Amino acid sequence: MKIKWPNVILFFGYMFLYFPLICIVVYSFNESRLVSVWSGFSLKWYKALLSDPIILRATFTSLKVATISATVSVVIGTIAAIVITRFHGFRGKSLFIGAVTAPLVMPEVVLGLSILMLFVGMEKIFGWPAGRGTTTVIIAHITLTLSYVTMLVQARLQDFDRSIEEAALDLGASPLKVFFVITLPMIFPSIVLGWLLAFALSLDDVVIASFVAGPGATTLPMIVFSSLRFGISPEINALATILMTVLSIGVIIAAIAVHRKNSQQGISTE
Amino acid sequence: MYRIEELIIYRLTNLAKKITGRNFLISLPSAWIIVFFLCPCFILLKISLSDSVISSPPYTSLVDWISGNVLQIRLNLGNYMSLLSNEMYMRGFATSVLIAGASTICCLLIGFPMALAIVRSSPKVRAMLLTLVILPFWTSFLIRVYAWLMLLSPSGFINSFLMKFHLIDAPLQLMNNSYAACIGIIYAYLPFMIFPLYSAIEKIDYTLIEAAYDLGSSPMTAFFSIVVPLAMPGIYAGSALVFVPAIGEFVIPELLGGAQTLTIGRLVWNEFFGNLSWPTAAALSIILLMFVVFPIVLAQRRKEIRLLRDVR
Repeated sequence: MKIKWPNVILFFGYMFLYFPLICIVVYSFNESRLVSVWSGFSLKWYKALLSDPIILRATFTSLKVATISATVSVVIGTIAAIVITRFHGFRGKSLFIGAVTAPLVMPEVVLGLSILMLFVGMEKIFGWPAGRGTTTVIIAHITLTLSYVTMLVQARLQDFDRSIEEAALDLGASPLKVFFVITLPMIFPSIVLGWLLAFALSLDDVVIASFVAGPGATTLPMIVFSSLRFGISPEINALATILMTVLSIGVIIAAIAVHRKNSQQGISTE
Repeated sequence: MYRIEELIIYRLTNLAKKITGRNFLISLPSAWIIVFFLCPCFILLKISLSDSVISSPPYTSLVDWISGNVLQIRLNLGNYMSLLSNEMYMRGFATSVLIAGASTICCLLIGFPMALAIVRSSPKVRAMLLTLVILPFWTSFLIRVYAWLMLLSPSGFINSFLMKFHLIDAPLQLMNNSYAACIGIIYAYLPFMIFPLYSAIEKIDYTLIEAAYDLGSSPMTAFFSIVVPLAMPGIYAGSALVFVPAIGEFVIPELLGGAQTLTIGRLVWNEFFGNLSWPTAAALSIILLMFVVFPIVLAQRRKEIRLLRDVR
């Protein structure tokens, strides 16, 4: 049998991408603490994880921060995307586009440091935000995720057929009504994807959170990061497995839903 | 004569009338970006030009009123000067550029064959393969770095495996060096390379390659004289997408690189959290930003040049 080189490349490429993750999942069920010993299947690390009050509190904080920041980010990001694609000829438009997309390329260390310096300065002048806590993390995460959401929604707005919007306007619908009846349903899949991406980014961020989080606002990645400095541990394996499972299931469900919605629209516009 | 209050109210209502609909929509995201992104950037620049002092906040102000009527502005370039004359920081810059550059090249070498192979597969399989490339990106970044910690650490998978089969006696030092940091970066940012390459290669007209074969060129010649030049936009885009985040990376060199792999990102972190020297950390950040902006400007100019050429 002749060996097909594309299949060989794909095999090694995907091995490289997935082997490390599979290792984590497998060893999260290992009874022994050591990687070298496989002493049987066990769920004890999951039990240990779920009864750890510090981890549970950090998870709750992280979920709260991610939910709020993703929601605000989607609202502001959608508005920014509409401004970029639909509004023409206002002063400083190119500056607007540049400033909205710039956080995409900002190193996280710089973004975290600069936003912290802003908070310290504001506290000195206005007395707000008094100290640092969950609110400061949420604000920083909105700034981080805003550009991603704007880019996603903007790409979708640029794709779709403007004649439907124009027809509705010609038939006398108000711009607001056109937005809610026509534009919003059309761009909804990308809004959902944007929300998920913002949520995942916020749930994942350790650098910015370390700069702006107060004493009471330790997020889950901060806990994971500080325990990783001491090397590998089976509890983290279990935590990583749970996170990976939840995030991949969420992404796959969203991808299928978006795909279905797209193909539906494809049929209806034909 | 208007009373002053009436005037203010009149002005405010005028302003409120202007801020309706369109203007409101423009001003909401603008306000957020100005307050929470542009302002912090200016503050960063400002603090990088101030002196370090032991107080809270630990820097001096640039603008001072001296004896009531003299406004003094002091710009301290000393932070930049000391960074550029200190060997440790210069080595940090070099390490960052080397690690980011090496990782970008490796990503290209791994990503190009993968993108080619994905393009060659049947459409049904292709969709699944692309999803599989992006899926690890959606799982946590920290977990992906941890995965390599799990493989490379002295008590990790590779060492345990080799010791079990008595191939080695003592664990090998696989991490805490710049190679481990490179591997982590390649692993984390490979999807960013594969996607632009895929979309560039997919657009290539396959009949061009067939024509080259018909005219007697070898697969190698066809690859280097047709596929690579036509995939150039993807190569530039992918390289920028890997290099830019890699140069400012903090988490990967911190966890996998060990103490001697001091990248700019780690130096900023250490100056801020370790030495509590805000001005130095700010000056380092500004220099880091220049390293980030440079490749972007370069890529942008290439795009403009190409557009000009296409127009002609």
